Amino acid sequence: MTTVITVPPTLDEEGFEQVLEQLAPLPADAKILVDARHTTWASPYGLTAMLTLGQTRAERPAFAVPEKDTTASYWARAAFFEHAEELFDLHGSYPKKSGGDSGVLLEITPIGKSEDVHEVVGRIQVKAAQIIAKELNIDPKATVGFAMTLSEVCQNIIEHAGRGGWVAVQTYKWTKRLGRRVVQIAVCDAGMGFRQSLESAPGKVLSDRWDDGAALEDAVVRGVSRFRDPGRGQGLAGVRRYVGRWEGKLSVRSGTARIALIPAWDEDLPLIEKLSPFPGSQLQVTLPERVMK
Amino acid sequence: MHLIDVGTVLRQAVSATLYSNLVTRPTGAAVRQQIEELVTARGDRALTVIDFSQVSMIDFSCADEIVAKLLLRYQAEEEIFFVFRGVTEDHLHAIDAVLEHRGLALVAEEDGESRVVGVLEDSERRAWEALYLLGRATTLELAAKLTLDLTITQLALDALWRRRLVMRADEFYFVAAAPRAGSHAGSHA
Repeated sequence: MTTVITVPPTLDEEGFEQVLEQLAPLPADAKILVDARHTTWASPYGLTAMLTLGQTRAERPAFAVPEKDTTASYWARAAFFEHAEELFDLHGSYPKKSGGDSGVLLEITPIGKSEDVHEVVGRIQVKAAQIIAKELNIDPKATVGFAMTLSEVCQNIIEHAGRGGWVAVQTYKWTKRLGRRVVQIAVCDAGMGFRQSLESAPGKVLSDRWDDGAALEDAVVRGVSRFRDPGRGQGLAGVRRYVGRWEGKLSVRSGTARIALIPAWDEDLPLIEKLSPFPGSQLQVTLPERVMK
Repeated sequence: MHLIDVGTVLRQAVSATLYSNLVTRPTGAAVRQQIEELVTARGDRALTVIDFSQVSMIDFSCADEIVAKLLLRYQAEEEIFFVFRGVTEDHLHAIDAVLEHRGLALVAEEDGESRVVGVLEDSERRAWEALYLLGRATTLELAAKLTLDLTITQLALDALWRRRLVMRADEFYFVAAAPRAGSHAGSHA
């Protein structure tokens, strides 16, 4: 029997949680059809997380593509179908990848080794400089920090996931939440996740309250790493500083918890626990357009 | 003085001509190892300029692997002194962070002027800056210049020497920096 997993009209962090809630009761080898026919919008997080969902299934899942042409066209430009073809049996018609969307700063790109990080950082620099200064009104000095942030969050996959993941960067007007333009980085993997990564640290003593939430607090807030080297753990700390400096938002989901660094413009919760379980870690950075006060 | 162009080392270390960004720990480790080989080949007492002019960007991981670990290694061993040249404000985002995290400091040089960057005690920073202006000085001369207690001055200079931020020859101390016009440091470099 095939279980239909309905993708909501908006596939973002919230939308992906709705997908996971439907998936939670099913074993990994259950036959599923991911139905995105009525999905009309997706964030880079939604698209990269959906690919990692494909990675986690023991039985190759089916995937019904969006019916709306403009949605399918955008997903194609973001390179979603290109990668989804390897993980899902795609149903419905969708365009082959084509260029032309300036909103896609970095199409969905697999990250599995150090060279991949060089590649994405090299590709993003010029475009990021244009977007940050001209569209987001952020100090051009922030461009380097943006590339550093991208580098560090991608390295998280290489150092901690134990398997490949995906990165995507997009800029768009976030009408629903903010009414301003934003640039978003999404990095998702279906690897071991923060909890298991930190548990593998030599001599790690687990606290009474050791769970996915505690692991996220250690890694994201306290800069704890599984490596003994005291220089480790600075990457995410640097990302946190950068995001805070530019009034951005950082959220990281791993296992059954999600932690977020929340700016004044958002009303999210800093820590959400008891979410539907999902392997690996899924991270999103959002930088908003600056407005004159 | 010995000059190492990090941009060239980077291209050699990662076997590619495309990269001008110092990103990822494996890249940083490979670059540092090459730098260490070049430094070791110069003997156990040398002043080496590490030139970042051809580097577009450095991330935290690479800054830790290259800058912090290089400084840490040579603090404990030979009399190897470094001056970091071509370090821009962009590079300093990452470099400052790792220096602070590890409690380190370095000498940065730009347009012929040097400055000390990172974590120092106030007396150490004052001593370094005064020494830089003087070119070279004995402990007594520096204490007089700073109107500081002789013991405190000596402790500051010892700490700076252990951290390879100043060099010493006989009773004189001088900063580990490129010689300044009009100073006496050139005679010791």
